[in-house]
Amino acid sequence: MVGLLHSIEIALGATCLGLLIGTGGAYGKLYGGPVVRDLLAVYTTIVRAVPELVLILLLYYAGTDLINQALTAMGYQRVDVSGLAAGIAVLGFVQGAYSTEVIRGAILAIPQGQIEAARAYGMSPGLMLRRITLPAMLPFAIPGLANLWLIATKDTALLAVVGFYELALATRQAAGVTKAYFTFFFAAGVLYLLLSLFSNLIIGRVEAWSRRGMPSLKEAR
Amino acid sequence: MANEAAIINVVARTSLWLQPHRIVLMLIALGLVLGAAFFMRWDWLPQYYEMGLIGLWRSLWILAVTCALGFLFAVPLGLAQATGSFWFAAPAKAFCTVIRGTPLLIQLWLLYYGLGSLFPQYPWVRESWMWPYLRQAWPYGVLALTLSFAGYEGEVMRGAFAGVPKGQLEAARAFGMSRWKIFRRIWLPQAFYRALPTLTGETVLQLKSTPLVATISVIDIFAVSSKVRQDTYLTYEPLLLLALIYMTITGILVFAFGRIEARIPNKIG
Repeated sequence: MVGLLHSIEIALGATCLGLLIGTGGAYGKLYGGPVVRDLLAVYTTIVRAVPELVLILLLYYAGTDLINQALTAMGYQRVDVSGLAAGIAVLGFVQGAYSTEVIRGAILAIPQGQIEAARAYGMSPGLMLRRITLPAMLPFAIPGLANLWLIATKDTALLAVVGFYELALATRQAAGVTKAYFTFFFAAGVLYLLLSLFSNLIIGRVEAWSRRGMPSLKEAR
Repeated sequence: MANEAAIINVVARTSLWLQPHRIVLMLIALGLVLGAAFFMRWDWLPQYYEMGLIGLWRSLWILAVTCALGFLFAVPLGLAQATGSFWFAAPAKAFCTVIRGTPLLIQLWLLYYGLGSLFPQYPWVRESWMWPYLRQAWPYGVLALTLSFAGYEGEVMRGAFAGVPKGQLEAARAFGMSRWKIFRRIWLPQAFYRALPTLTGETVLQLKSTPLVATISVIDIFAVSSKVRQDTYLTYEPLLLLALIYMTITGILVFAFGRIEARIPNKIG
């Protein structure tokens, strides 16, 4: 049960971090200079082409190592990076690449006139992002982001491989101790499934909320 | 006139690649690669070269087999969900939901550790001809990956089958084709064309889930890199090489599927 909590914590943290990176990345890809755009293209392409497991290993070791080296170089003590923070950072980095693409698509789907109107009102870019772009792109982005959230919950299981204590690893240990492998893995599967189904329910609500005031899909057809 | 336009087009395309900032970025990338080649340790490569090739071959083999088998499973799954009566549709839907709602790692471990620990309890399993296979790890890996691919792809095929215009099927029926013939000549090809772009993405995803079989002791390319890391205490070099290998495979896959897609008549529906 502690494992399940850890899993949810990581998935939540990673998705939030991913959203931040994604929004920034999408903005950079759409409005950034040529260098920023190319760098972001490299980032999303590489992250989406390499297996998550390899990325997790690479970032997990490289990340903690880099932080420690930087700290020792600056004359501080080596710190032990907590598994939770490292897990969130790594998965967030991966999620960021995917959500960059999702959010970029969603921003492109906003009718151009809305953004032009906001500019004509003399809104500052920050205000425009908060009041116009984010709310207007939400209905287009929610399905993709919902998928990403489900992927994040399932990717947390991969952190078991680097030895972080979450649902999958907890299950494996419990199963190893009791020798009841089938029962425990089955139970873990059911837990993940419940998590997915429950999130589907909530996502449906959120999507309905974000589409408020828009013509429903059925009428539009 | 057309010639001139073509020349301008070519010039525009080359200049798109040769913008000053791109040249600088490429030089930086080249410098990073050269730096990695010179300053990191690669002396372990000759020793593990053969093992790596075997691992790579095994990864590709697993990818091909699971995709092919998974697609075969996915067709009836999609068909059952798209048209079947409740008794066919409900189990298919449940299967897809369960597969898509649980992590592949858990499915894999459930099959390998769970089922694998149940089998030896029954003597008749142990005496059957399947026992030599059931004792190894790879059948479980292939089974889990196949089921997972079938689950995801079944959902895609459902949409593809449902998306084939009704008029096409009615026309086929009007021609007096038998049901099987309609399915084989009209319905399946058109659904397949519709599903192809998604199929590319699914195949790449499948490639990215093959390293998971390393956790149940199948020696694929990922397991080889882990072994190198354990033996030589190097952290980054094997992983970087591994990432490069996967990126290359992904690139080849995307390119190949792009070629197939380009050959498809694109005026459907």
